[in-house]
Amino acid sequence: MIEPYVEPAAPGVDRGLTNASELAADKLVVRFQGLAAISDVSLKVQRHEVFGLIGPNGAGKTTLVNCLTGFQRPTEGRIILGGGDTAGWSASRFREQGVARTFQAGRLFKDMTVMENVEVTAAGLGASLRSARKHAKAMLGWIGLADKAALHAGALAYTDQRRLGIARALVLSPAFILLDEPAAGMSDAECEDLMELVASIPRTFTCGVLLIEHNMRVVMGISQRIHVLDGGRTIAEGTPDEIQRHEAVLAAYLGMEA
Amino acid sequence: MIQFLQNLIDAIALGSIYALVALGVGLLFGILRLINFAHGDFITIGAYALIVPSADVTARLLIGGWPWPVMIPMICLIVVIVALLADALVFRPLRRATSPTLMIASFAVSYIIQNGVLMAYGSRPKAVDLWSGANTQVLIGDLRVPMLQLITLAVTLVLMTALTLFLKRTAYGVQMRAAAEDFRMAQYLGVRGNVVIGIAFAISGILAGVVSLLYTTQSGSLSHTMGVPLALFAFVAVVVGGMGSLVGAVVGGFAIGLIVTMLQAYLPPELRAFRDAFAFGFVILMLLVRPAGLVPARSTFERV
Repeated sequence: MIEPYVEPAAPGVDRGLTNASELAADKLVVRFQGLAAISDVSLKVQRHEVFGLIGPNGAGKTTLVNCLTGFQRPTEGRIILGGGDTAGWSASRFREQGVARTFQAGRLFKDMTVMENVEVTAAGLGASLRSARKHAKAMLGWIGLADKAALHAGALAYTDQRRLGIARALVLSPAFILLDEPAAGMSDAECEDLMELVASIPRTFTCGVLLIEHNMRVVMGISQRIHVLDGGRTIAEGTPDEIQRHEAVLAAYLGMEA
Repeated sequence: MIQFLQNLIDAIALGSIYALVALGVGLLFGILRLINFAHGDFITIGAYALIVPSADVTARLLIGGWPWPVMIPMICLIVVIVALLADALVFRPLRRATSPTLMIASFAVSYIIQNGVLMAYGSRPKAVDLWSGANTQVLIGDLRVPMLQLITLAVTLVLMTALTLFLKRTAYGVQMRAAAEDFRMAQYLGVRGNVVIGIAFAISGILAGVVSLLYTTQSGSLSHTMGVPLALFAFVAVVVGGMGSLVGAVVGGFAIGLIVTMLQAYLPPELRAFRDAFAFGFVILMLLVRPAGLVPARSTFERV
C-alpha cells in the first residue's frame, strides 16, 4: 500500500539538534489572561514512536502543540529538546532544529505547485534548489503524490492537501513531527490510508510523531503511547490498552461519572 | 488600417514601459503589501544619475556618456542601492506596520528623493540627448516603427522572461513566491524574510533603472517629478491587473498603454486634453465589472 521511501542522492542539511532523541514538556502551564489553558502538563515524545495526544474539544491539545513548536510561549514550565532548554526560541528556530508540524488549516501555498510547496521548505532550510528538488521528489513519491507534482496545491483534493502538508513538514527528515488532526474531515477509508502512512513515519525517517486525533479507534491503532488531556490537565498516560480501560478517560469521553 | 497598426505599435511600446514599472510596484506589493509610490522616484534617480550634478539648464552627460555595456549596469546599480537604502532606513523599521502606513511612508520617501534631486540639480527641466540614433525609423512593410519602440519591447520581453525564470528556477525565487503568498508561513518554514524582501527591492531597482534609461532616451528631458506619472499609471495598472499578481501587473500595464494610446489617437481633438480623465473612467468601469482585477491573485483576499 505505502510506496517505499527512496533516499534521494542529494546532501541533506546539517542542523543543530537533529540528533535529539526526545522532545519533552516539563510542568507546562499556559494561561490566557489568567485563564489556564494548560495546567502542569508533562510529557515526553521519543524518536521511535507514535505518541497519541487525545482529549475532548477545548482540552488544550492544540495549545500544547503550539508550545512544543514555538508558536506559543509557555507561562510556566519548559520545552526541552534533546536535553536542552528551548527558552526564547522562535517557531522557525524549532523548525530548523528539527521540530516540524502541520496545521489544521493546512496553510499550503495554493498558487504554487505541489512540488514547489515541498521544495521551498527544503530550500528555506538551506538546501540548494537542485538538492531541494530531489528531496521533494523523493518525499512526494513516498506520500503518493508523485503524479500530481505539477498541479497547483489549491487544485488538490482535500485528502491530498492533507498529505502535502505532511510531506512539507517531513522533508529533510526532522527529528519530530507534530500532526494536528491530519485526518479531520476524512472518510473512514481515507483516514485508514493516511494512518498507515503516519504509523510508518518513525521507522522510515527515524522521526518521532506526536499525533492529535479525534477518532479514538484510529489513535489506539497506531500509537505506542497515548496522553489524555481534559480541561488542560493530564488525566492519563499509557499504552492504548491501559487508556481504553482508564475510568477517567471513559468519563471524559463518554460523559459517564467515574 | 496602417494607421491603426501604427497606433497599436505605439500602444505596445507605451504598455511595455508601464508593464515594467508595474512589475516593480507589483513585486513589492506581493511580498510586503507595500504600494510603493517612491518607485517612480527610483526611476527619476536613475535618469539624473546620467548627468553631471549642477543647476545648469543644459545637462552634461556623466555616466550617460560612458559606453553602454558599463552605463546600463552602473545606472541599475545606483538605483538598486537607493532602493535597498529605502528598505533599510524606512521600510524595515516598519515591517509590522499595516499596508496604509507603508504606503504613506513611501510618499515620504518619494518627496525626500524629489527634493534631494531638486537641491542637487535645480528645478528646471533639462534636455538630455542620450541616444538620438534610437529615434530612427525602421520600415516593416508599410509601417514606420521607431527603433526605440522595438528595443523597448525586446527589453521588456527579456526582463519578464528573466524574472519568470528567477521566480521559478532558483531557490530564492521559489522562496520569494512562497513569501508573497503567505509571509509568516514561509518564514516559519525557514525562508529568511529580510533577505527575500531585500532581493525584491533590488529587482524593483533594476527594473526602475532600465525604465529610466528607456524613458529618458524617448523623452529626451529630465525633471524632478518625471517619475510621478509613471508610478501613478503603474499603480493603476497593478490595480487593473489584480493586486498581488505579477501576470496581472504586466497585463494591466499593457491595458493602460492601449487605453491611453487609443484615446490619444481617436478622441475628437477638443476632448484630447481630457485623455487621462477618460482613461481613468475606463479603469473605473473595468473595476466595476471585475473588482478583483483582470488576473486576480487567489491568495490576496483569502488571507486571514
